[in-house]
Amino acid sequence: MAQRLGMEVSVALGEAVKLADADVIAAYPITPQTHIVEHLAELVADGELDAEYIPVESEHSAMSACLGAAASGARTFTASAGQGLELMHEVLYVASSMRLPIVMAVANRALSAPLSVWGDHSDAMAVRDTGWIQLFTENGQEVVDQVLCAFRIAEDRRVLLPVMVHLDGFHLSHVIEPITLPEQTQVEQFLGTNQYPLPLHPDKPVAMGDFGPPFIYTETKWAQEVNLRKSKEVVLECWQEFGRTFKRHYQPVEGYHSEDARVLLLTMGSFSETAMAAIDRMRQNGQEVGLIRLRLWRPFPFSEFRRAVKNAELLIVLDRAISFGGPGGPVCSEIRSALYNQEKRPKIVGFVGGLGGRDITVDGFEQIITRGIEIGQTGSEQEFEIFGVRE
Amino acid sequence: MAKPESELTWQDLEIGSIVTEPGNASQYRTGDWRSQRPSHDFTKCIKCGLCYIFCPEGCLGQTAEGYFEADLFYCKGCGICAQECPTGAIAMQQEEE
Amino acid sequence: MPNYTIFVPRLLTKRENFAPGHRACIGCGEALAVRLACKAMGQNIIVVNATGCMEIVASQLPYTSWRVPWIHTLFENTAAVASGIEAGLKVMMRKRRIATQEINVVAIAGDGGTADIGLQALSGAMERGHDFLYLCFDNEAYMNTGIQRSSATPFGASTTTSPAGKVSIGQFSWKKDMPAIAAAHNIPYVATACPSYPFDLIEKVKKGLKVKGPAYVHILSVCPTGWRCATELTIKIGRLAVETGIFPLYEVENGRYKMSLKPDKLRPVNEYMKLQRRFRHLSEKTIKQIGQRVGEEYGKLLEKVA
Repeated sequence: MAQRLGMEVSVALGEAVKLADADVIAAYPITPQTHIVEHLAELVADGELDAEYIPVESEHSAMSACLGAAASGARTFTASAGQGLELMHEVLYVASSMRLPIVMAVANRALSAPLSVWGDHSDAMAVRDTGWIQLFTENGQEVVDQVLCAFRIAEDRRVLLPVMVHLDGFHLSHVIEPITLPEQTQVEQFLGTNQYPLPLHPDKPVAMGDFGPPFIYTETKWAQEVNLRKSKEVVLECWQEFGRTFKRHYQPVEGYHSEDARVLLLTMGSFSETAMAAIDRMRQNGQEVGLIRLRLWRPFPFSEFRRAVKNAELLIVLDRAISFGGPGGPVCSEIRSALYNQEKRPKIVGFVGGLGGRDITVDGFEQIITRGIEIGQTGSEQEFEIFGVRE
Repeated sequence: MAKPESELTWQDLEIGSIVTEPGNASQYRTGDWRSQRPSHDFTKCIKCGLCYIFCPEGCLGQTAEGYFEADLFYCKGCGICAQECPTGAIAMQQEEE
Repeated sequence: MPNYTIFVPRLLTKRENFAPGHRACIGCGEALAVRLACKAMGQNIIVVNATGCMEIVASQLPYTSWRVPWIHTLFENTAAVASGIEAGLKVMMRKRRIATQEINVVAIAGDGGTADIGLQALSGAMERGHDFLYLCFDNEAYMNTGIQRSSATPFGASTTTSPAGKVSIGQFSWKKDMPAIAAAHNIPYVATACPSYPFDLIEKVKKGLKVKGPAYVHILSVCPTGWRCATELTIKIGRLAVETGIFPLYEVENGRYKMSLKPDKLRPVNEYMKLQRRFRHLSEKTIKQIGQRVGEEYGKLLEKVA
């Protein structure tokens, strides 16, 4: 009988990897992901998880070892954050273009300089284009659920792509939350075994990683794009099956009082839960506000997102990362692009906040929405608003 | 490969552009590269196989009698076989037009 | 070492797992070395290849020259990818997901991909003790990208990024002793080899495969294109590298040094260098200094054997 226990989210994540019976874990420690790889090491050391735990000497090697393990057909997992994610940057592109089903948890962390171990989304935003399927999580239960789904989605024959599960560094990775861990047998049935179709094996020699001259490179990239887009169907299917089996339901875009709201706030990650409290409070005061939470980041859920905002007059986007010298928040610029050609679309106001672990309280969210409404009426000279900076 | 490479569409590619036909590069005629070719004097050949060992292409094969001879489909004309042959059974000659 | 030349056809497999039709330069010593290594390795291997000459000449989409499983990803991570494959196979066999059988993981990289950009991954893999064979094909520069210097480029050699010029004699540092670095990791087997001594190379590759744990074989790969020598002299130049003491052939088995070939007297280094235009700018004085240093290094090696 699955129990609901208070667990540190990182530890619960490790337990999810154990339930999934991962084969190879390539681990390099970096704050705030350390508790994940530490717990996994304990599980392996105690024989509770039968896996090869490779304590690699850098994140670049962590992801590279994952390439090898996945190519040999093993169920593969790693975790990283911030600088570590950046160090493996080039390898990420290789993982997706070589269609290797690797699952990685990213405890989102700010990027240096200055050095910051604290949470924001700049590491995730820096890897937008790498071709991975990417999911954002809001709470500990979701982290566990999405890690399990990640294995199923990644290894699906129609997908065969690596999957990143983003969780806010410290704000999620290090908090204790009530979590229900599914039963092992249920997970085994839900995931099946990894059946990579063309593994490296002497019985059937294949060559992986040929080089692509100009006459063929475009075709390889288009094949990759088509495949990533189509994988959305598999994500939705997986979540439907997950809902049937485990009774927790996930959508690519989720609304909170969003159907009738004139003003919508968009958030990703654990901020969503704080924002919901602000929405509740403002609605009590009679304001028609609502929240949109993006869960599926890549492939971007264009149709679900457009449907979710179609009745709104104003959409306020909160980014937890900044793209310097550009339109401000990466998510906001993608949102604008997704809505540009729509006949009917809300006004869009972009905010950047919560950088480097800076928290935003319920009051803070109220301020953001209020200020967003103001800018929606008066317009602004700025491309975006930075929230909470001391001037 | 059935299709010429310049006609391959994105749908012809295997997942991750994996190549599933081992050694299919062997259809490439590297023999077109050479400007000199080996000529073999079997009266001097002692079938030691050193030319076969030292050929970077691996294109020395044996005739029915066991003498070693270069496969001109692949031979790039480097001259290593001629240089290393202990009996001087191989000589390099200018490649004809 | 024994002379097997008369029995060659009977001793080696005829199968070419590195198929002809590859695009290596005319007279390429590295292609020959890979071909010979393949003779030693058989079918039950998985090859992990770094970016470099051997990768490029053998793997243009949609073709491959390889007749065994092969993977190339990036330049500096060969040993890390090999670690992942080795671990994956091990655990899948243990969990009975695949049949238990002998499958050797072989990493192939150049001098740049080993001693420079790939050093970290190699060091990590050796320290962790993965069961794999690492073959470094040393053509003494970044040849595939156009003959740029690496830490394996010999002192005084002219490359495109250490060119001989009015105020430079070419490569300014002594060749990095990569086999010593491997030996310092206390791995069970380290060896140097040269395709000019083909059976020695084949025996060493076989030994490396058999050993449990990391094995490292450093193979001199004469490059007529980059060293600027005649294409037919590949084997001769490799021989001279060994006979001058510039590239001694030896093994380190569990820390014990053993010479594979000990010439009674080392040939003068100039016999080796004069055949290669990458050295032609060097003065007699510099060549003499190089000769002295080669002698010293060789002496230090001999001391390790005793």
